[in-house]
Amino acid sequence: MDSIYKALVDIVGSDYVSNRTEELFTYSKDLGTSEPRWPDYVAAPKTAEEVSRIVKLANEQNVAVVPLGGGLSLAGLALPLKGGIELDLKRMDQILELNQKARYVLVEAGASHGKLTAHLHKNAPHLMHSEPGAPPAATIGGNIAIHGQGDLGHPYGFNSDMINGMEVVLPTGEICRFGSCALGNDWYTLHPLPDVSLFMGWSGSTGIITKVSLRLFPCKKIQEQDIFVVDDGDLIPDILYELTHIGMAEDLVVVSQEIPPPFNRLHYVLINIAGDCRDEMEFKRQLMFDGKLSKFIQDGTAGIGAGGMDVERPVVSKTSDWRKGGGFEYVGAIVPVTAYPECYRHGVAVSARHGIPYTTLGRVLGTGHSMMFSWTFAFNRADADSVRHSREALHETDEVVLKLGGTLWKPAVFGQKLLMDRMDPNTLQVMKKVKTMLDPNGIMNPGNWEVA
Amino acid sequence: MSKLAFDENKCLACERHDCLSRCQYLDLDAAAAKTEMEKIIAGEDSFVLHDCRTCYACEEYCPMGNHPFYLIVSRQEELNIPPLPEPIIKQGVQMGIPFRGDPEIAEVNGPVLNMGVFSPLTRLAQGKLFEGLTPISTDSRKMHHFFCQLMYLHFARTSVINERLPGVIDTIAAYKPTEVVHFHDECYGTYTSYAPAFGIDVPFKSIHLFEHLYKRLLELKDQIRPLNYKLAYQRPCSSRLSPDAHPYVDKIFDLIGVEHVKREYVDENALCCGSTILSQRQQGSRRFSLELQKKNIADMKQAGAALCIFNCPACMQTIGKQVAENGIMPIWMSDLCRMAIGEKPA
Repeated sequence: MDSIYKALVDIVGSDYVSNRTEELFTYSKDLGTSEPRWPDYVAAPKTAEEVSRIVKLANEQNVAVVPLGGGLSLAGLALPLKGGIELDLKRMDQILELNQKARYVLVEAGASHGKLTAHLHKNAPHLMHSEPGAPPAATIGGNIAIHGQGDLGHPYGFNSDMINGMEVVLPTGEICRFGSCALGNDWYTLHPLPDVSLFMGWSGSTGIITKVSLRLFPCKKIQEQDIFVVDDGDLIPDILYELTHIGMAEDLVVVSQEIPPPFNRLHYVLINIAGDCRDEMEFKRQLMFDGKLSKFIQDGTAGIGAGGMDVERPVVSKTSDWRKGGGFEYVGAIVPVTAYPECYRHGVAVSARHGIPYTTLGRVLGTGHSMMFSWTFAFNRADADSVRHSREALHETDEVVLKLGGTLWKPAVFGQKLLMDRMDPNTLQVMKKVKTMLDPNGIMNPGNWEVA
Repeated sequence: MSKLAFDENKCLACERHDCLSRCQYLDLDAAAAKTEMEKIIAGEDSFVLHDCRTCYACEEYCPMGNHPFYLIVSRQEELNIPPLPEPIIKQGVQMGIPFRGDPEIAEVNGPVLNMGVFSPLTRLAQGKLFEGLTPISTDSRKMHHFFCQLMYLHFARTSVINERLPGVIDTIAAYKPTEVVHFHDECYGTYTSYAPAFGIDVPFKSIHLFEHLYKRLLELKDQIRPLNYKLAYQRPCSSRLSPDAHPYVDKIFDLIGVEHVKREYVDENALCCGSTILSQRQQGSRRFSLELQKKNIADMKQAGAALCIFNCPACMQTIGKQVAENGIMPIWMSDLCRMAIGEKPA
């Protein structure tokens, strides 16, 4: 028997390791345009200790380890680009502690957002966390590893800004804790200890996040969505400036897409509002619509498209229905809010060039401090030419993001290289030092963020 | 080309000008109403064109059988006085564009039930009351081919209606229906009021849903169990185009043993659900819409209604939740009728 396979069986048990083709096949693909990349083994550990033993084994055998959450990144970030051990973390899905008064929850990193949402609905309905615009199977650890954002992005920023502490298995196998938990205390804060948060945004190439303390926020009894419709995209930064000044929304997202027709060449500002009573809701609406936004309504340049709708999370995966064949991938970028008009225009133009119905989305992060902007390209999985067009559109968009002064978010390898080519050499040098120090044998998710 | 058959002489000869003097949202006496209507007829600007809430009611109030509402919205378009912000108009106009292929049409040669642009509500049309009717427009991907377009009256876009309506009529006619029962008031109003007013030929016979329900209930009379509810009815704007069908509301209520509560905002005095008003350009429209809704629901409550009956999906979506939050159960007319014959609501 293969010695690595046998060692993995010893660590996680024979039910949770495989080198069989039919199972490796499942892990060889993600949902985007990336070519399949096959792992040699798949292992599903249950504890941080098992993760640690696997990482130590990988160092001994000099094989790659690629951590996998929900597998929803689309950009090939969890594909085994250099083979090795695919580490499926979904068995590490326990919700370990819910501290309602301190408003945090401690979870294993493989817990899904859907599971946590259900847990909170049942056990603490007055609390919520920031859920990303991904399907509910997206894991909490995976989302943080890519600096994800969610539906509390406007008041609180990135999801990775909403953590109180982490447990990480380093590439050399040590299990480390960061934040107040490192002192043996509760998991209530990441600050004020010296900052050694070297794991977020690295897509698992500097360590494997195994536990996360997530901040929770008040979940109001009434949650509704109003829609403000705008024709001229150039007005969007001004409208968002007004809305973020008021600060009454829980989420501010701007959507424009060719399909279905009512969205075509229009900008839908989706405004999530929450309140514990109707008076609170109305107070917030008065400040927004009767105050700051009324000038746009009266001059006829924008209008209330709908009010009091059920909150519907913008889920880009719906784009997969725009074309036959069910494929889609998107470029995400963090841009200044003022870049919205240019980002939108690029989306329309590049999509038209490649014969793809355009789909763009911007989500405000913080008090208008930045915006996550995404360009989604649908394709037919069964049509190589269609896949090629989407891939080219993705690459063109990566380059445009940088020209517009944006920063690529969870970039694929192509985008990572673009970023590193433009990065300040000293910054790149620090990244290289971090990577080399933490992962001396280069076993962690190799192919991604290859600075060293 | 479609042209509104508006008889100016009838209007100029009118002494009452109920169209504007009875308007619930404008304050005009008969003399002022006459003056403003004369301006509108002459194609001149009038404050009415700016302040109109597009509630359709003047179409019903007109004692001369003329078409004041169609004239007002036509003039709004001609004089570029849109009641709504342009992006809302663009959004609405684009909403009616079919984008998921053509419907598959098979000749029925019998009565059909036209769901119009409300295919997702086809579930409501079940049970004995709908036996013998072949539903059309049941596929939500294709429903825009059946969209009567009349909503664009709120948008002051009769040009859009006139451009698209003949194609919609052709689609329905292709089923070779012997008669068409329209699920929504708006469709019925389109084919029995708007189309004739604009000289658009409709080659099929239209039946209002309430007339159909009433007649079926009569046929099933021995199965009716009086429901004994006290209820209010939210009359939709498009019902103003078919006042001939409105009496069926009380006929149905009498037949199934429910009490239509006496309240202020009923029949010709009914209040708009506020859906369109919410988005209008006039300053304070959102608050005005909310006040209207509050007034309407308070009136239902004060009259002792336990249920509020809806037939218009837009009304249901706009105030259904508020109605429920005020302790009054919102329910579809079709469901109410089905309950009366012992069926469960959809």
